[in-house]
Amino acid sequence: MLYFSKLKIISVLIFTIIVSFFTISNFINIDNKFFKRNINLGLDLQGGSYLLLEIDNKPVIVQKLQNKLSSLKKFLSDNDIRSTNFKIIDDKKISFTIDDESIDKVLSLLSDKESEINPYFQRFKTHEFDVEKTKVLSSSNITLQFSEYGLVQLKTSSQNQAIEIVRRRVDEIGTNEPNILKRGNDRILVELPGLENPDRIKSLLGKTANLTFRFVTLNEEESFGTEKIPFEDGTEAIISKRIILSGDNLVDAQPRMDNQTNQTVVTFNLDRVGAKKFARATSSGVGKRLAIILDGKIISAPNISEPIVGGAGQITGDFTFQSATDLALLLRSGALPAPMKIIEERTVGPGLGQDSINAGILSLVIGFILVVLFMIVKYKIFGFIANITLVTNLFLLIGVLTLFEATLTLPGIAGIILTVGMAVDANVLIYERIKEEIKGENNRIIAFDSGYVKSKTTILDANITTLIAAVILFILGSGPVKGFALTLGVGILTTLFSVYFIARLLTALYVIKNKDKEKLI
Amino acid sequence: MEKNIIHFNKFYKKFNILSLFLILISLILLTFKGLNYGVDFKGGTLIELRSLDNTLSISNLRKSFNNLNLGDVTVKKFGKENDYVIKFEKKQSIEENFIENIKVELRNEIGNVFEFRRVESVGPKVSSELLKSGIIAIALSLGAMLIYIWIRFEWQFSIGAIAAVFHDVLITLGFFSLLNFEINLSIVAAVLTIVGYSMNDTVVIFDRVRENLKKYSDIKIFEITNISINETLSRTIITSATTLLALLSIFIFGGAILKGFSFAMILGVIVGTYSSIYIANPILVRLNVSQSTILKEEKE
Repeated sequence: MLYFSKLKIISVLIFTIIVSFFTISNFINIDNKFFKRNINLGLDLQGGSYLLLEIDNKPVIVQKLQNKLSSLKKFLSDNDIRSTNFKIIDDKKISFTIDDESIDKVLSLLSDKESEINPYFQRFKTHEFDVEKTKVLSSSNITLQFSEYGLVQLKTSSQNQAIEIVRRRVDEIGTNEPNILKRGNDRILVELPGLENPDRIKSLLGKTANLTFRFVTLNEEESFGTEKIPFEDGTEAIISKRIILSGDNLVDAQPRMDNQTNQTVVTFNLDRVGAKKFARATSSGVGKRLAIILDGKIISAPNISEPIVGGAGQITGDFTFQSATDLALLLRSGALPAPMKIIEERTVGPGLGQDSINAGILSLVIGFILVVLFMIVKYKIFGFIANITLVTNLFLLIGVLTLFEATLTLPGIAGIILTVGMAVDANVLIYERIKEEIKGENNRIIAFDSGYVKSKTTILDANITTLIAAVILFILGSGPVKGFALTLGVGILTTLFSVYFIARLLTALYVIKNKDKEKLI
Repeated sequence: MEKNIIHFNKFYKKFNILSLFLILISLILLTFKGLNYGVDFKGGTLIELRSLDNTLSISNLRKSFNNLNLGDVTVKKFGKENDYVIKFEKKQSIEENFIENIKVELRNEIGNVFEFRRVESVGPKVSSELLKSGIIAIALSLGAMLIYIWIRFEWQFSIGAIAAVFHDVLITLGFFSLLNFEINLSIVAAVLTIVGYSMNDTVVIFDRVRENLKKYSDIKIFEITNISINETLSRTIITSATTLLALLSIFIFGGAILKGFSFAMILGVIVGTYSSIYIANPILVRLNVSQSTILKEEKE
């Protein structure tokens, strides 16, 4: 194992130099996209915020069930089927009753693969709803419940809408390089590097921003129905359920200072449909009060003094300039399909991040020096070779991480330091084996050679066990811990490379030159 | 054979009894005292706070936080002077602006003389998921190692190696319980690395045991294990030493966040090195491994 062909030596050198170059590329300026790469610093090192949001799909489900219920009613009567007793049970199921004679027809209509009312998903081989029937006297009770994939479909679609809105809101605030990702089918991960104070973004992401314009009514028996909705201060007003206009019709919103009243307002522009609706409603409703409702609370309910026909208007309220800016931002970016909650937050300030980098580098340097000194004391010249290997190993490790633009976290730095401590193991195994072999073998080159051969399986076994732990941790771990698994795992690979190519090459060169030396190792 | 051989095998019994005793204590501790789960696994909020006012005392800070009605609040010093960690469980879900509210209220209590260096808030659903995936990760890695050793060695060896790893994990966790040591995500990483390290250490000795079994047909396994431990001893010591040097460097200079992680690893490396000698090998002896064990396997 001590023989190296020229070609091998050259390719090992070239590979090492190229990969090591990427380590250096972290610290210098190169005007080339391919060669200028940087290790990404994790949020725990550069500071920033990690927010995990969960979408509460319950309102969406209820809304869908209500829509389905009315379309079902219509569908059945179009097909001349008498049905009664429609209701939604537990916010989960639609239930209705039909006569026994039409039961077969209804079931076949609901389970037909071409069914419009209960669509069939070819991909999942199931319908949107699971249909169940129970017999009650001379009639049958039918319940419809979202099937597993019907629910997945619904969640995925509300997640897709929500992530779009989240992206717009985060972009509006203008943080640098946010990272917005789906997690599962009802979660969204938002990473905001460098953000010192996530409070504002959190309060913006937590708002559904569902805006409606509805009339305040005095007559409780309106045909659309009415409900009581509170103002910000807790007092209530009776509001018609008829929606004049919703946030969907807004094309722009901006905070303004009203010159006459000296108040902060939010002005908005409507699309063509919205402008028409608004003009019609305000013309017929002069003298009435129009409530502007956001997420179940009335912002204000001004009197309509004249028809508003231009497709533009303004929202007055008890705003500060900041809250008006935020409201305008929310209105511009649109409403979330469902409310969201922050279920996990991790924020690291930039001060702590820098302290962590400093502490990490300090402990890396000290750990490195300790190991290097130990090896020199223990193995002299071969310790020196092991140390050169260690340095190369470090350059390779950081080089590989840079090449793939991996994310370095604080535990990741710990993984690098640990690699320094454990990387010498392979060389130690080899040298100890050589020491044994040299006792019974006169030809020292053969002794060195068999030292390498005989220790090989042990080294592989030993490293594969650690690699297994690292891979599993990388797959299942989250955030910073993943960074640890990454550096540990890549560290094992670079260790094996540097031990078997670089250390072995150096050892071979030295041994062949000094094979007659009294005490070789 | 070396002249100055150490008779590790003389103490197999004594140390096995000690290990069994430690495992028993660990199990009792884990059952009755349990582990001190951190925010990651229990849910709740952690705030690392730096005070800019040298006169602010920990009791003052504790009093102010207790006034905020956050339930059970613990306030501890963390690393440097004037750095504190505040932890509390919050029963409801995290409201968007509840951290901001705490800042505002705290400013009213002690003035604007602090900064939040780190905030971690984990909801109950997420924390139970994290705990589950942590346990799965450890179980999976143990399983994967078992399979690997099974493929590479005979079954007697895999039992020895796995027993050693279980021993290490149990005793390390027992220590954590005894010291009321906080268990967070990074501790799972540490435990997994311990598993890898312990396995690595055992495998090196086992490889040598197997080699010696082939070499000497007339030596009993009791002696073979001792010869193998001795032959690999200097490697064991050197590797443990360099690993411990690296870990000590993290422990001392790596900052407060990595303290628990590196402490767990230091503990694990020591226990792991011990178990390779005193758990893995006696099991080979007990299972009567002999030259025929290996040869039979090779014939098949």
